[in-house]
Amino acid sequence: MIDLTGLITRPAQTWGALRLVPLVRPEPIRDLRLSPIVYGDEPSVVTLPDKSVYIAYIPHAFVASWTGDGAPAAAYGTQFERRPAQAITVRVHRRMARRVDTNRVRFLPLHLALEGYLALHFGGPAIAWAEWTRRAVSRGLSPRVEAAYRGEAIPDLEEALRVFEIHPGQCGLLLYAGDALAAAFVVPHPEDYRVLHPTLIHDLYGELVYHYARLYPARDRPVAIDETRIGSLGHLRDEVARLEREWAEFHDTVMAADLLRSPHHEQVVYRMGRYTLRRFLPSFDRHRENHIGEYITDESGRLAYLKTFRLSESQVRRGRLLTRLAAHDWHLPATAAALGVTVDELARRLDRAGFGHLLRPEILSAYRANPSPSV
Amino acid sequence: MDRRVDLIEAEDVLLFANAAITSTGQREFRDSAERQRLSLEFLHAYVHGNYPDVYAAMLALDVNEHNAALIIFNLLRERTPADGELIARRLARMSPARVYRLFRRLRDAGVNNRRTRAIIRDWLAARPDLAHDAVKYRSGLKAAVRHAHLRLGGELADFLFAPHRRRRYAHPLLEAWRRAHYDKTAVYELPYTVAEGFAARHGIPRAEFLERIAPRLTALESLRLRESAAAHGVDTAADLARMPLVRLAAYALSRPVGERRALEPALRAAAARVAGSGAGRWGHVVAVLDDSFSSYGSPTKRRRPLAVALACHYLLEALASAYAGLWLSGATDPIAVRPVGPTPLGRRILDALALRPDRLLIVSDGWDNAPPGLAAEVLRVWRSRFDPAAEVEIVHLNPVYDAEEFEVRRLSPVVPTVGIRDPEDLPALVELAQFAQGRTGLSTLRAYLRERAAAR
Repeated sequence: MIDLTGLITRPAQTWGALRLVPLVRPEPIRDLRLSPIVYGDEPSVVTLPDKSVYIAYIPHAFVASWTGDGAPAAAYGTQFERRPAQAITVRVHRRMARRVDTNRVRFLPLHLALEGYLALHFGGPAIAWAEWTRRAVSRGLSPRVEAAYRGEAIPDLEEALRVFEIHPGQCGLLLYAGDALAAAFVVPHPEDYRVLHPTLIHDLYGELVYHYARLYPARDRPVAIDETRIGSLGHLRDEVARLEREWAEFHDTVMAADLLRSPHHEQVVYRMGRYTLRRFLPSFDRHRENHIGEYITDESGRLAYLKTFRLSESQVRRGRLLTRLAAHDWHLPATAAALGVTVDELARRLDRAGFGHLLRPEILSAYRANPSPSV
Repeated sequence: MDRRVDLIEAEDVLLFANAAITSTGQREFRDSAERQRLSLEFLHAYVHGNYPDVYAAMLALDVNEHNAALIIFNLLRERTPADGELIARRLARMSPARVYRLFRRLRDAGVNNRRTRAIIRDWLAARPDLAHDAVKYRSGLKAAVRHAHLRLGGELADFLFAPHRRRRYAHPLLEAWRRAHYDKTAVYELPYTVAEGFAARHGIPRAEFLERIAPRLTALESLRLRESAAAHGVDTAADLARMPLVRLAAYALSRPVGERRALEPALRAAAARVAGSGAGRWGHVVAVLDDSFSSYGSPTKRRRPLAVALACHYLLEALASAYAGLWLSGATDPIAVRPVGPTPLGRRILDALALRPDRLLIVSDGWDNAPPGLAAEVLRVWRSRFDPAAEVEIVHLNPVYDAEEFEVRRLSPVVPTVGIRDPEDLPALVELAQFAQGRTGLSTLRAYLRERAAAR
């Protein structure tokens, strides 16, 4: 459960099919600051502690600086690196979150969460059931690939971010495409937000966002005041304040509800003083939004940093299949029974989800001939 | 005539007037230059086709030079019957560089009817010193003379078409131009833009050049070069108080806050000059001024909307007997405003109405976004509940043309919106706003335009 306490939802600004909802923090967090490191356009390779390797286009990293005693921290200066563009170089990072100095950690935004999603039951079948190929048992799901869109590819996003008018004290932004929540971004301090606002264009966005951004233009929420109830200018002012509260409430309880409920499985990535960096995976339920992401909270659970990625329907399906399989020890008939389908149908679903190469076709054809479970 | 048709026609014309006052076909905060240009050209074609007489009469309004040139071009190209006197008067008010550009455009489009030639001839005949034009706008004048089949007498013709035929020119400026090719001292007798080329050719150090050319600078050049000259230790002696108000405001906004304060007396003096005899006559005025992020404009119109708002602030201060300017960001020090933050127009209008002014002016691009549409609701409730007789005169002035809507963005149907480019036209624009209420027909508007045309 993500807690937006301390962040106030302000009126949305729309551009094309995109709706941008600013979050304002009246009391900024001073002892944790974020700053960007801009990398070039080359692909990056991250070596992970479990000897696996994560390869992705990573345009920038964040550096979190904090102080142990609650004194204000300074945002680390932005570093630009330039490289000649003749050859594609590959940047190698060690670990997703890595300490660069005392009280300073470098992490790769979104990739932290994305890697968590990709590594989901990455090891493959724990028991060598007959249905799985030898490769699936020995090598797991490797290589596991997911595609996302760069922010530049999302129609209107660049323009929407450019013309967006940042509120005083703004520390976050929720981005909607076709009124589906596409991404959430929260930082500790308004000055960090100002610096990091343009980096949203370099982020990854799911397939759904890419398609929804081409839909009908977003409409502003109509403001309607019943003038018969207004007796004085003071009344009118109260009414305006009530409308603003109403919008914030509507947004937090309806529009962003699925995001706040999204973290289902959490993992602590790094502890920095009183702050903890976590990444989370959703429940992969059907018919609701599934966001993966990472966030930093203080010891009382107050949100300091948040960045999420909206999974597309097929990504949700893959996540659901893998979690169900793992829950039943990768036993196909048991999983199929739990899902209420035949083994043959489950195998076809796995194939459509891109895991067909892990199954042995000769065993599956036996299922097709005799639909009753063999075990 | 059907009353409804009449109203719609008046609306069409006002829509065009607002566009022609505001847009310059340049990039705006939310529109590219391309979109602005396309949208504007469509409007020109539409109004020219449907209301040819009104189209020409627009020249009597304070339409900006870009649109005035476009109107004259279209009138001459399509041979629309129009008042030649009106065209000549508008051309006389335009900057010569733009007129020469218009003439060249007419040449490129192959527009060479008798009226065009007569207009070029008369305009050139009215120039105070054609030799100065020959030096400063050499290719422009040459093109115009050729295109209009004019015969320039004596050395001017030689200067333009055969500069090496003469050993010596009688006119000092022409002679200076000839000598400047080899004589460094002659460079300083030429207009700045021409001298700059010669200075580069002779390799004159920039500091020395600025120092000696300073007396030859025009008023706007001295303002434009003020900073770069100061970097070389040269004072261009710009007479700030004589500058156009909005230029001065834009210049002030381009300086760091610490330096701006020294410009405040000049801004007040310029505002007082513009206000003239109207000073102190406007009663209790409250202005809601937009300093949201969008008032930054675009890299080509840098801080233009904010400069317009700032200039309006000083002008209204001079015009009103009691005045309060409310900035959207809540800034209390107008000279230190910065284009930053959202546009909570509704709340600020509410604050303004609470002051019970005689007049409320709203200077904003109309993108009310915190929350969107609140300004319209506040104005509607105000008019229906508290002020049905419209005792408080409310006018929305919009410095930005919205290419998609083909007009300046409106705040509310109960409040007239007019475009604004130069705050010096503010009194005339507030007058025009009475037509923008949707109650006046085209015939009344036509009469107003005729009256304006005759007044000049």
